[in-house]
Amino acid sequence: MATSFARPKAQELFESQKLALAYFAVAIVLFGAQLVFGLLAAYQYINPDFLLAKLPFMTNRTLHVNAMIVWLLVGLMGGVYWFLPLETGREVVGVKLAKFIWWVIVAGVGVVVLVYLFVQIGPGNALTLWFINEGREYVEAPRWADLAIVAWVAIFLYNVIATTLAARRITGLLGVLIFDLVALGALYTAGMHYTVNVTMDQYLWWWVVHLWVEATWEVLVGVVMGWSLMYLLGTPRKLIETWLFLEVALVFGTGILGLGHHYFWIGTPEYWIGLGGFFSALEPLPLVAMVVHAVYDAGAHRLHTVNRPALFWAIAQAFGNFVGAGVWGFMQTLPQINLYSHGTQLAAAHGHLAFFGAYVGTVLTLVYIAVQNIRRPATIPLDSKLWSWAFALMILSIFGIAGSFTISGFAQTMIERAELGSTWNALIQSYTHPWYANTLAWRFGFGLLFLIGYLILVYDLLTIGRKEEARAH
Amino acid sequence: MDYSWIQIAVAAIFLSVVVTLILSRGYGWLSPTFWRNAAVVSSLIMTFVLLWLTFDTANRIRAGAGRVPDWSVINYEIRLVWDPEKRRQIPAVGRETGFFGKIWSREEAYQLINKGKMTLQSRNCMECHQILGNGAYYATDLTRAWLDPWWEERIMPLTGAKTREEAMRAWLKNPPAMPQGPRKMPNLRFTDEELKALIAFLKWMSAIDTNGFPPRFAVAQ
Repeated sequence: MATSFARPKAQELFESQKLALAYFAVAIVLFGAQLVFGLLAAYQYINPDFLLAKLPFMTNRTLHVNAMIVWLLVGLMGGVYWFLPLETGREVVGVKLAKFIWWVIVAGVGVVVLVYLFVQIGPGNALTLWFINEGREYVEAPRWADLAIVAWVAIFLYNVIATTLAARRITGLLGVLIFDLVALGALYTAGMHYTVNVTMDQYLWWWVVHLWVEATWEVLVGVVMGWSLMYLLGTPRKLIETWLFLEVALVFGTGILGLGHHYFWIGTPEYWIGLGGFFSALEPLPLVAMVVHAVYDAGAHRLHTVNRPALFWAIAQAFGNFVGAGVWGFMQTLPQINLYSHGTQLAAAHGHLAFFGAYVGTVLTLVYIAVQNIRRPATIPLDSKLWSWAFALMILSIFGIAGSFTISGFAQTMIERAELGSTWNALIQSYTHPWYANTLAWRFGFGLLFLIGYLILVYDLLTIGRKEEARAH
Repeated sequence: MDYSWIQIAVAAIFLSVVVTLILSRGYGWLSPTFWRNAAVVSSLIMTFVLLWLTFDTANRIRAGAGRVPDWSVINYEIRLVWDPEKRRQIPAVGRETGFFGKIWSREEAYQLINKGKMTLQSRNCMECHQILGNGAYYATDLTRAWLDPWWEERIMPLTGAKTREEAMRAWLKNPPAMPQGPRKMPNLRFTDEELKALIAFLKWMSAIDTNGFPPRFAVAQ
């Protein structure tokens, strides 16, 4: 077993790496869709009459959120398909099946999006939940799509386990990956049920939502970032695996019962207030550990790398995860604060910054690594002027967006929750207050700036390394 | 359950540390083996605690078990009262008032609330509103929507309805016709039956004990 990965050379790609390229391409397209629907929703905050009858806020918001979840998950899975043959030294077992289910999923996503856009809602019965929309935030996908997703994750898990078995050796990274994917797949099924008891409904719904994004996704990121750092900096395997185990201990050790911070106000018993507050206050610990690791590793190599955009996105990921998930999460996770801030624009500020920090940076790291290896010969080091523009614009504008949300969140928390008692009138009083109303335009403006950053990113992904390629031929 | 949250938290962490140390005898704290053991042990112990608490929670949140009301609550007046012991608002069930002019049996009430929950999901309510504090942040939190004074103060005069449930039904039939504030709710093409069911669900939900959330509901206007 190699202690680190060979640096890029003009080698043939494995079949699973070609599949990873398809994953990344779809991820980047859905990233664009997320931005378009986010901008539509942001504009509807400014002008509530805009497309009210044709494409209401709820539909734009559903598509904004769902596009995000799917593209990030697809990106992370693409990262596994990219590195798995390098880690095991062989082609992925069952890659044909993986390709087949992938195109089923792509077609399925297309159908779901069309139904969201043009059918939107249905009558109040089980058929609607099976074929149109399940009406539960983040897992809106109708039940038939849930089943397709389960089949997809099961095949993915089979690919990983069968390849590991065929390679007849298991590394620490593979062990953590398998452990994590079993949990990730099992947890999704917790969200696939209907119950009339809304408290029980939300209790299990959070097993998917929280235990995905605050536990199993974080560990999956740990695995693919571990491989990425071995590739980018040649970090020794022993160091990567020790840090990964430490991270798993801290993420699962604090995050599983940190789930309690979603059980403060949904009708569940009082002990969750104490447990949730205590364990979620500890949740930033692994994120601090990752920042320490990133600073140490990048500093030790004086930023010398084979792939500058990938390394910069990896460092941004460590900081972004800490700031977005850690700082903005801690800001509102203690129950005495959350009683007032819960369900306000402050939660949206945290959501935007945390998803960008923890997951967008990770997927873009993976995509840049893949792009480097499809140029012939691979460019070393991979670099361009444009990537840094996209990098700077996107980071600046996500802080602008989250900052606007934070300010309106303060106003909403104070006025709607603390002063006026959370009624219909209290909400209107809060969103017509200048701190809330005026920041809506900033939010939209920074959203447009983010879109420009995205377009530069796409152009850069299509062109970076091409000049060197042309010169070589 | 006879344990406090502090006992559970301390026991879970203590056990994780002790079992890790026992399994890792002979390995330094910088070795991968030590942290591999820590990862496996803490994950398993925390998962076990979560499953154990889930059984306890599931028992306490059954409809009618105390925190979550029985289905028949829709036949009664619901109020929020100050609990001097817990020092927060809790829902209280008052006199029998009926719902849409009739008294619903437990089974009928269950069927109605179930239909209401399906209607809530089929119209994607959570993508603008919050349910028990969760959802999107565009429109009102529906946790205590049934108890919102706005229905009596504004919507009953506007629609000429005699009761709160009739006012809610009249308004929800076509919200853009009677906009309240700059943000408008789209017309979601509810049938009368769906609206009756949805309002029953909202009334039932308003009687769930949410540990005082949202705080000081409708205390100051």
